[in-house]
Amino acid sequence: MGKAIIKKSSLSISENGLEKRASSKRLEVLKTYKIYIGGQFPRTESGRYYQPENAAGKKLANVCLSSRKDFRDAVVAARGAFGGWSSRAAFNRSQILYRMAEMLEGRKAQFIEELVQQDATKAKAEKEVNLAIDRLIYYAGWCDKFQQLFSAVNPVASSHFNFSVPEPTGVVAVIAPQGDSLLGLVSVIAPVIAGGNTCVVLASETKPLCAVTFAEVLNSSDLPGGVVNILTGKPAELTSWFVDHMDVNATLYCENDSDTQKMIREKSASNLKRVSFYDKINWYSEEGESPYFIMDTQEIKTTWHPVENIAGAGGGY
Amino acid sequence: MAVAKSVKLVPDFSLSPRIDQVGVEERASRFTKRSIKNETKMNGLKLVLNMIDLTTLEGKDTDGKVKQLCYKAMHPHDAIPGIPTVAAVCVYPTMVKVAKKALEGSGIKVASVATAFPSGQATRDIKIRDTKYAVAQGADEVDMVISRGKFHAGEYNFVFDEIAAIKEACGEARLKVILETGELGTYDKVRRASDIAMHAGADFIKTSTGKIQPAATMPVTLVMLEAIRDFYYKTGKMIGMKPAGGISKSKLALHYLVMLKEVLGEDWLSNEWFRFGASSLANDVLMQIVKGETGLYQSANYFSVD
Repeated sequence: MGKAIIKKSSLSISENGLEKRASSKRLEVLKTYKIYIGGQFPRTESGRYYQPENAAGKKLANVCLSSRKDFRDAVVAARGAFGGWSSRAAFNRSQILYRMAEMLEGRKAQFIEELVQQDATKAKAEKEVNLAIDRLIYYAGWCDKFQQLFSAVNPVASSHFNFSVPEPTGVVAVIAPQGDSLLGLVSVIAPVIAGGNTCVVLASETKPLCAVTFAEVLNSSDLPGGVVNILTGKPAELTSWFVDHMDVNATLYCENDSDTQKMIREKSASNLKRVSFYDKINWYSEEGESPYFIMDTQEIKTTWHPVENIAGAGGGY
Repeated sequence: MAVAKSVKLVPDFSLSPRIDQVGVEERASRFTKRSIKNETKMNGLKLVLNMIDLTTLEGKDTDGKVKQLCYKAMHPHDAIPGIPTVAAVCVYPTMVKVAKKALEGSGIKVASVATAFPSGQATRDIKIRDTKYAVAQGADEVDMVISRGKFHAGEYNFVFDEIAAIKEACGEARLKVILETGELGTYDKVRRASDIAMHAGADFIKTSTGKIQPAATMPVTLVMLEAIRDFYYKTGKMIGMKPAGGISKSKLALHYLVMLKEVLGEDWLSNEWFRFGASSLANDVLMQIVKGETGLYQSANYFSVD
């Protein structure tokens, strides 16, 4: 018997006669959009997912449909990270926000692509990403400056040195804007963490892609795990848990649904959460960035420091 | 071949059963996968709270700190009615008197560590005096540590005699024997130390001092529970179990209860036979109970620290 020469071409028909799959077609590896809790990317504990669609009806991805237990875990992570983050030097927080901007710049193309998938035009998407980067730089600058602006030395009628300074309020629950899924998200998160708070954010329900990708940016930019936690899911399901939680110190809500706003106000009274509604803000304009956003999640601490009453004792230097 | 049956009061501890490490760890992990319904969970949480030995064993302990802890023991969270007290307060011998006075009439026990806790590196004479002092001060329970060094050196008789001597010094007080499993190294040794302690007269066996990592784990506790079970089958005598250190979450505590029930049964499901040595567990349990009552997730800010 002669040598059997096996040619490549002879393999194109397999034994059972089926044609070989064309080798030029590669099976695309699709990204799994997971949530971001405590510096990790778990799937939702509930195992549920939903499929947001764009205007043309194309399914964008399978996205985690977070449950109240994911929220609970995220609050634990945020609370755990609060001590370390709030006690960092303000300048260091500034460096980290700047680093976030750098990392976002590096992945610009991916964000633009995702925004386009979610119905933005190329030009508008590019503008949104650029603005988001600029906004991080803007708040990076404010990290160690807003305290000077909003602090005061107060005149008092006793021998005390009396001064007031802003301090971070704690864990902030954020229901991000539905529309501007990247710029809105960044514009709400940045002032919260610039001021030393930690947060749990519910991303846009209909346009969640950028939020998850933004979590990847955060994860690679020296931001300690747990400072920002990002969930995807339905505000209708989760909002009441956001405001019911006794370990949440402030709530930011960015839609103008008046029933929900009323519910947030009522439930927030249980532990006197700070409540802010950002429902009329155009994030593209200048009103979308201001140190007053930082102050929305700060509390003012006033200190009475006893001093020797030099003048009263008739002394002097 | 006929072998004369010798009457032995004390078995040869070097023949204690060997432990299948993989098997024990696998079995222990199964207990964490039970589904527990809400009502059962609430009852379980209350039982956990009622089994806690609220503990402070710090060099910096003061009378004031102990009094505060005793108040916490009696009034874990008055905002919600019907919350049980803890089982006992666990302190150093010098603090027993303070605790005893503070807890007067509450039914909460005072447990005292003794025998040169936590290292156990002292002469037997000192250990016995330490124990007698604690009991004289009013301790209802004594938590002793075994001599791990002697145990590792194979001097099982020394360890046995020491426990027996301390048991005698305890008088009416119940004796808990701390094996310090984190220093024993293997499950085989944990099993052997458990057998020694129980035969020598322990009323409870306890995993750890809380000063060494790892402290209580589920597999180690399982090995000890099985030792208790075997001892019970052999002698008919019930021995208590106290995992201590490293249990700070309610969920984990409930896993322990599942394990307890499935290994030893209902008879052990009370604070007479099972305790958690813990300090931060109490607040987590309270937070879960309040969550169950109100439906709101709780914040540590609203619960007293001690």
